Amino acid sequence: MTIETLDTWLAAAPAWIAAGLLLTGALFMLLAGLGALRMPDLLMRMHATTKAGALGSGLIMIAVAVHFGETGVTARALAATLFIMLTSPVAAHVLARAGYFTGVPMWSKIVRDELKGKYDEDTHTLASPQRYRQKPVTDDGKTPDDGAG
Amino acid sequence: MMEVVVWISFIILCLALVVTFIRLVLGPTLPDRVVMLELMALLTMAFIGVYTIKSGHSAFLDVALVLALTAFLAAVGFARYLEKGGHRDDD
Repeated sequence: MTIETLDTWLAAAPAWIAAGLLLTGALFMLLAGLGALRMPDLLMRMHATTKAGALGSGLIMIAVAVHFGETGVTARALAATLFIMLTSPVAAHVLARAGYFTGVPMWSKIVRDELKGKYDEDTHTLASPQRYRQKPVTDDGKTPDDGAG
Repeated sequence: MMEVVVWISFIILCLALVVTFIRLVLGPTLPDRVVMLELMALLTMAFIGVYTIKSGHSAFLDVALVLALTAFLAAVGFARYLEKGGHRDDD
């Protein structure tokens, strides 16, 4: 391989990388949509849409950064990617929590609900049985017997 | 080559948007629809990214950033509305 062909290959490399990232991102977005359509209940749909959706749009943003190859564009594209990566888990958490507490039905073949009974139904705060809670420590380093165990 | 890839990406994203819209219409509960709207905002961001490459104007990226911001705020607001005594499915 001569230096000239290597140079042309290297000059074409960003376009190929951007094209690959673009197609992969678009396919992940399609996967998120298909998961949203086919999955049986809210939590499983969120499992498909949140992760595949965030990955797909992040890949497309990185493709934009690679395609342009300028500092300003790269900074904005990376900011968008970082913002998606930071906010989509938070949004999924609050939505799943709201769905769980408003009584959205789960899939009929769910075997067990681990969270059931560990949350206060009215206040939505963690209300595990007394023995799981950390007991208060007194000055002499011993835990007082509150008789709740 | 880039032109072809951009069009293929547009087609795939359109399919994803159609599929998401079907689930948005089917529901069946309000949190499902909120999740689908969230996914649609992400899909629109992806559309804007692809269109930024197609048009060559990098200013469209700012729109994607603002869209991500408002979509996150909408999701949090909807979740708060649902949890603090809004529409309920269990009664």
